[in-house]
Amino acid sequence: MVHWSAEEKQLISSIWGKVNVEECGAEALARLLIVYPWTQRFFSNFGNLSSPTAIIGNPKVRAHGKKVLTSFGEAVKNLDNIKGTYSKLSELHCEKLHVDPENFRLLGDILVIVLASHFGRDFTPACQFAWQKLVGVVAHALARRYH
Amino acid sequence: MTLTQAEKAAVVTIWAKVATQADAIGAESLERLFSSYPQTKTYFPHFDLSQGSAQLRGHGSKVMNAVGEAVKHVDDIRGALAKLSELHAYILRVDPVNFKLLSHCILCSVAARYPSDFTPEVHAAWDKFLSSVSSVLTEKYR
Repeated sequence: MVHWSAEEKQLISSIWGKVNVEECGAEALARLLIVYPWTQRFFSNFGNLSSPTAIIGNPKVRAHGKKVLTSFGEAVKNLDNIKGTYSKLSELHCEKLHVDPENFRLLGDILVIVLASHFGRDFTPACQFAWQKLVGVVAHALARRYH
Repeated sequence: MTLTQAEKAAVVTIWAKVATQADAIGAESLERLFSSYPQTKTYFPHFDLSQGSAQLRGHGSKVMNAVGEAVKHVDDIRGALAKLSELHAYILRVDPVNFKLLSHCILCSVAARYPSDFTPEVHAAWDKFLSSVSSVLTEKYR
């Protein structure tokens, strides 16, 4: 079980409380597809991903980004049992979606960058530390059931 | 990996702004690096790494100056950083994985200070550019 200090919990929840999950999720996924174009391999049925503008405006990208970040919220709500929270999702990503877990790390880092751009000075190094830890734990939990 | 003309332009444009706060951004990036990835501190046992330390600021400047050189010679990063590449290969021998970590922290610092300039396209160009710089700095390792 991962140990979270009171300060880390506070840094995570205070940021999360101000996050617009729909906007932030859409932006994070769009940036993933733009900055690391090979990640588009998982979204061949999403329609037009031919340019950054197309990706940002793509309604499927927005919807899926919202879905992904909403799910991320479950980790924030269950910091003491992230492994259990993502057990089924981990199996899904392995058995049905066939996603290389490296992609979870890529998306986690993109999310951190999006948070930095939204929160500016408030996204202090200490804050980043707590969030890097969180995205790392989430990535690990999602990869845990791979076989 | 080569940068397109559009990507080079994006790198150069945002550098004009970043350069005005290069030292502060350098120090902040290192602070983020040491804080989020404590293992990176192992390369600096001889440094005072407390927030605002003179050594942190000095080293941050050094790093950003090198980035600036790469921007100035974006068509020949290898040539511009040849000496630094040898330094990292033969003397410093920083494990290659750490370049990704520092690049990420530089992106965080830039995103935090210039959110409206840090569009997805600029983000992509800078990620690619820093990745290029990292490649050059590690290409003589073996």
